[in-house]
Amino acid sequence: MSSRRGFLAAAGGTMLAAPLLGACTAKDHSEHSPGEVEMSGGHGPMSGGFGATFRSGGRVDHAANGFDPRILIRDFDYGHTSIGADGRRVREWEVIAEDREIEVAPGVRFQAWTFNGRIPGPTLRCTEGDLLRVRFINRSEHPHTMHFHGIHTAAMDGVPMLGRGIISPGEEFTYTFDAEPFGLHLYHCHVGPLAEHIARGMYGTFIVDPKAGRPPADELVLVQHGYNTTFDGQGNQLYAVNGIPFVYMNDPIRVRRGKLVRIYLVNILEYDPINSFHLHGNFFDYYPTGTRLEPTEFTDTVIQGQGQRGICELRFPNPGQFMFHAHKTEFADLGWMGFFDVVEDGVP
Amino acid sequence: MTAVDRPSITSRVPVWSLVLTMLAVIAVVLAALAAFGGTLLPDRSGPPIEELSVERTTLAPGSIEITVRNAGPDPVQIAQVFVNDTYVDFTGSAKPIGRLGSDTLQLRFPWISGQPYTVSMLTSTGLVIEHTIPAAVATPEPGAGLVGLMALLGTYVGIIPVALGMLVLPLLRRASRGVVRMLLALTVGLLGFLAVDAAIEGLALAERSGVAFGGPLLVLLGAAFAFLILTAIARLLDRYTRSQEAATSGRRLAQMIAIGIGLHNLGEGLAIGSAYAVGALAVGAALVVGFAVHNTTEGLAIVAPLTDQRPPITSLIGLGAVAGAPAILGAVIGAAVDNPALSAVLLGVGVGAITQVITQISPALRDSTGRLLDRTVIGGLATGVAVMYFTGLLVTA
Repeated sequence: MSSRRGFLAAAGGTMLAAPLLGACTAKDHSEHSPGEVEMSGGHGPMSGGFGATFRSGGRVDHAANGFDPRILIRDFDYGHTSIGADGRRVREWEVIAEDREIEVAPGVRFQAWTFNGRIPGPTLRCTEGDLLRVRFINRSEHPHTMHFHGIHTAAMDGVPMLGRGIISPGEEFTYTFDAEPFGLHLYHCHVGPLAEHIARGMYGTFIVDPKAGRPPADELVLVQHGYNTTFDGQGNQLYAVNGIPFVYMNDPIRVRRGKLVRIYLVNILEYDPINSFHLHGNFFDYYPTGTRLEPTEFTDTVIQGQGQRGICELRFPNPGQFMFHAHKTEFADLGWMGFFDVVEDGVP
Repeated sequence: MTAVDRPSITSRVPVWSLVLTMLAVIAVVLAALAAFGGTLLPDRSGPPIEELSVERTTLAPGSIEITVRNAGPDPVQIAQVFVNDTYVDFTGSAKPIGRLGSDTLQLRFPWISGQPYTVSMLTSTGLVIEHTIPAAVATPEPGAGLVGLMALLGTYVGIIPVALGMLVLPLLRRASRGVVRMLLALTVGLLGFLAVDAAIEGLALAERSGVAFGGPLLVLLGAAFAFLILTAIARLLDRYTRSQEAATSGRRLAQMIAIGIGLHNLGEGLAIGSAYAVGALAVGAALVVGFAVHNTTEGLAIVAPLTDQRPPITSLIGLGAVAGAPAILGAVIGAAVDNPALSAVLLGVGVGAITQVITQISPALRDSTGRLLDRTVIGGLATGVAVMYFTGLLVTA
């Protein structure tokens, strides 16, 4: 386990460099756009008619948070694998529930409940047919479970009253089940009040690859969610993908022109009935829930209800910056928007 | 026996040393409480209490400026701001705002004239504090133009109507004692209506403005101080006029009524100026005529005690100016400052002033037998209230 973490940290270090370079390009675009000075008096990178933004100059301290959306977008946790007695591959993870204060927007602190200290939780990835063992340790002050979407026995469903049921603070339990069906799934806590346990940050992506795999691609995870910072259960004050609102506005996601990009798109937004994803300047093949290998649609906008997810596959034919955001545009203005920065292959 | 001994014992100690000792004891106990008392009590178990009241909103093209004051017990750090569910760039409030502290935020937002906006301030703890702008209108630039406009408005609604009302004086001189009593009662009815109306308006305003400086208490404090100060002035005038002939008491009463109405018109002018500043005032013929009819009755109130005398025209002009001119001052202040707490205090001052004037007039209402509420007076009071109510319907501000 510790060796895997070490590897991820190293990978994170190298991946951090690339988005930071991307950030420079993004700033060049927005800060030096000619209309800017005339309309807003030259203050801040964005304002007014240029679109929603947090106050200029503020940055979330990703290091203090303990996770970085620019890294976790390509961070897949394959767990520790071994071969069982029956010749099957056994895949094991350790997931720790912990309470954590997270800076969810510059200067705004959120008392979160997390899996492995991050929002969203780790992207657990396996292959169809693997035997999965998820050792869940509750170090939070509150009771939790891990409920996986997938096909498994009732005792492993991670809901109160069934099987081991609630995992109380200080306790642990190992969920054991087979990886099926292949597709894009999710997991979350299932202790009541359910909405609050989810909205506090207890959710993550669960990918089951088909046995034959999918074509090689630049793979990204986008988990759509929000923060009800007032905890009144009446709606969210902040909307985001991958933990921090507007983060990919300042640091666009760098992708290569012409290269296959695969987006694992998940919606776990609480309190609002729908969410949506819209991509500018391009269309994508959409595979709902990722459980079929043929796309159902060629589109630039999909709507997902809570718990819905799907895979988007696309190639960017043109270089440059392309927005993506909720086409429930109110969410976009409240944080759920970002940029792809499409560069030529070979650009460092 | 003790009654004799006690002063002799205390008189051995000089008074100043007693005072010093007492102050020293109080200081030592307070210092000890501050140093040790708090540590013995548990901290508050709940989260911080964050309260902000918005004191002023200034709208300019592409920007919304709001001045907030911390009305709660704990510091408040505004982390982000969204307007109608859109996060906006802003400057100001880089540091937490302490108790009763104030700060100004400049939001960059392309607001559109006439539309409603909700400014939501997201604090560092995730709390949302909302401020509603019912209809966005560019805030008038302070300057000579605005002062001139407000002075004109104040003249229309303050000076001209009061002067018109005072024109009935020659007619009143021919009236009988009964008619004069009825007119005085009518004046009391008018003033009573104004006091209640201004109190309601002031309390509503103070409620909206938040509790940083006491909210509704501001109105009551303003009223109480105005009442006490005017009573003191009345006593001074009494002492001055006591040696004079009885005729001057009518003039003194007129002076007091003019001062009271003047203080009321200060508050009324303030309300008009504030309404103009936020674009809520329908400035036009309806407003001017409405106020003219409404405030003409105030002029009547001033001259009612002067029926049995012939004051020089200059003193009549003086009375009119005292009663009407504060409307100009109020309108200028209201348009330039637009501070709800100040407006609440000044409305309260008007209430106190009017109440004081009513107590001044009341003795003159008694008939020859000393009765207060006879048919004449009751009729006058009822007419006064009714006139104010119906002419008030003409006023849109």
